[in-house]
Amino acid sequence: MIAHSVFFYIFSLIAIVSAVMVTVSKNTVHSVFFLILDFISISCLFIMVGAEFLGMIMLIVYVGAVAVLFLFVVMMLNVAEQKGQWFSSRWDGGTHIPVGLLVSLIIFFELIIVIGGWKYKPDLLNSLSLNISTEVTNTRSIGNVLYTDYILLFQISGMILLVAMIGAIVLTYRERAGVKRQSYVKQISRERDEGVDLVEAERNKGVKIDA
Amino acid sequence: MLSIGLGHYLTLAAIIFTVGVVGIFLNRKNVIVILMSIELILLAVNINLVAFSIFIDDLSGQIFTLFILTVAAAEAAIGLAIIVVYFRNSDTIRVEEIKNLKG
Repeated sequence: MIAHSVFFYIFSLIAIVSAVMVTVSKNTVHSVFFLILDFISISCLFIMVGAEFLGMIMLIVYVGAVAVLFLFVVMMLNVAEQKGQWFSSRWDGGTHIPVGLLVSLIIFFELIIVIGGWKYKPDLLNSLSLNISTEVTNTRSIGNVLYTDYILLFQISGMILLVAMIGAIVLTYRERAGVKRQSYVKQISRERDEGVDLVEAERNKGVKIDA
Repeated sequence: MLSIGLGHYLTLAAIIFTVGVVGIFLNRKNVIVILMSIELILLAVNINLVAFSIFIDDLSGQIFTLFILTVAAAEAAIGLAIIVVYFRNSDTIRVEEIKNLKG
């Protein structure tokens, strides 16, 4: 029990500090690295609390794909280093900072009030049928539900990923001038007449090509 | 203090959520940091769902976390594609200078 709480506090402290650093660090590359640290510590929390499949998926999806995508775009756009522009505002003299802090503070206190003044409704505790079994592993129980009860949602999320992939390709695609490409239609629809030219070769003269 | 309950996880999620909102509000640097703040907010929501799933003993929360993960990945890909296109067109992604929408 002691170890559980100690590890909880360590990981959540790392998560909070790195979340703050994502927001305030001047270098965008550092922000991405702190985002990775945040995801890693939260996935450690997930694994600790018993949702180990989600923790591992979080590591794979976020650290392996999303964060690397962020890093790739940051480095490609060459916007990493922006010195002396920390929350700076040339246009309105920085009035957005107190207003933004006020609104965020209100949001935070609302959330804390909800958590602090909230008790379980007794009938909330009785879940329907998806009780977490202690006999099979977490991954297996998620799979049992995901491919049966939630199969439609699963397939729709696959469609969302497909649409996102196509959208990203369509958005960033750009036609370049002067690039030679194969034209498959042209290649396949070639006839013998236009491909082969029969020439009557004269003796001792040879044939002139590309005349 | 020493026994970790549901409230601890919810408080952690609330703090991370608020940090994400602060990042969106205060950021005048570039749009990529705003996208990262959105990822933080989705992460906080995921923490909430997983904590409830564990403490109420119901698997649905973890399933929904899986779907949120999918949508977050799709959203990051599309958002970064839009940012790349915008940078190509106007050579900046600083929030102050993106004024085409008059926002």
